[in-house]
Amino acid sequence: MAAGKEIRTKISSIQSTQKITSAMEMVAASKMRRAQDRMEVGKPYARRIRAVIGHIANASAEYRHAYMQQRSIRRVGYIIVSSDRGLCGGLNINLFKRALQSMKEYSDAGHDVDLCLIGGKGQAFFGSVGGNVVASVRDIGEEPTVEQLIGAVKHMLDAYVEGTIDKLYLVGNDFVNTMTQTPSVQQLLPLEADAQQQYSHHWDYIYERDAKELLDGLLARYVESLVYQAVVENGACEQAARMIAMKNASENAGELINELQLVYNKARQAAITQELSEIVGGAAAIG
Amino acid sequence: MALTIHCDIVSAEAQIFSGLVELLVANGSNGELGVTYGHTPLLTDLTPGSVRVVLQGGEEEVYYVSGGYLEVQGDVVTILANTAVRGDDLDEVAAEEAREAAEEALANQSSELDYGRASAQLAEAAAQLATLRKLKNRAGR
Repeated sequence: MAAGKEIRTKISSIQSTQKITSAMEMVAASKMRRAQDRMEVGKPYARRIRAVIGHIANASAEYRHAYMQQRSIRRVGYIIVSSDRGLCGGLNINLFKRALQSMKEYSDAGHDVDLCLIGGKGQAFFGSVGGNVVASVRDIGEEPTVEQLIGAVKHMLDAYVEGTIDKLYLVGNDFVNTMTQTPSVQQLLPLEADAQQQYSHHWDYIYERDAKELLDGLLARYVESLVYQAVVENGACEQAARMIAMKNASENAGELINELQLVYNKARQAAITQELSEIVGGAAAIG
Repeated sequence: MALTIHCDIVSAEAQIFSGLVELLVANGSNGELGVTYGHTPLLTDLTPGSVRVVLQGGEEEVYYVSGGYLEVQGDVVTILANTAVRGDDLDEVAAEEAREAAEEALANQSSELDYGRASAQLAEAAAQLATLRKLKNRAGR
């Protein structure tokens, strides 16, 4: 029964693959929860810093920071947040598609595009298709720190202040829920003014040190915190997407095993039937 | 009992402290300062050092921040703490590293983005995924 043995080997090999994929699914599920927690704890910071910036911008209206000025566009910057590792379904592909779509609008209009890539998949993709990459970070890991991103973000902020780029976008995945992650393009610079902030009376802070210096520092921190949030959120998306991909893989493996088991059983039964009929035939010949 | 002020100490990576305090003492760029209830609106940056809070009832807690910003507004005091040790020269080094990483990773590539090739590659990958999904649906019948 040579065929039977072959099928058995195949079944056991699929079973061990299934073990790996289901283990990966469980690991991704627990990592996703932790990534979601990280997403939550970072939110108060961005909210508070936004409120403070709103106050300063309103309080000292005579000073307009470069980050808040609209300029005519010659060159556009993109910070693209992708994952470091694969096996997470179409997560990165959809992200790059969305980014390219947005970039193409500018390049069709004759503007150049500068890229800042965060994550290994982005590097691999734009490494093969080209693009003017001016800064990149990879191997962020599952617990990203602001420290890892400072350099790349600063490079883009400096380029904006120097006038090399006139607009800065952030491309990353939004975590809608476990099943859904949507790529989004968000404008970082120039900062869009908060129209909701209305002040009924005039008031101002006491500034220790210059208001301008404080605003400079805070705005940079604010952009950093937005990028950090995007990286953390992308991490949660990555784990969720991987969980679903691995769940599907495990299910597929299960179906494959069932089918092969059926084929194996049929082959075995056929062999037994043949053997029996041979014995019966032999006995009849002798008798 | 002393009047209290609401205090939030947050960093980009974590909420460090949140609650009512009687007094908060931090290292501002112009020296140490204490904040109690009724402080006038204030904004300052912080130098690396400890932040001491006196909770309701007199209990004390001490946190370390490696710099950041302190804001007093109404009855809320907020510390936006940095998580990393910052300095202009350090930031400059980090920016340079990010640029070098980009150059190194993409040493032999053209700076012209090939949109045609990029969308072709993406379309291929998307088609593969779609095929997998179709196969799965068929198998699940």
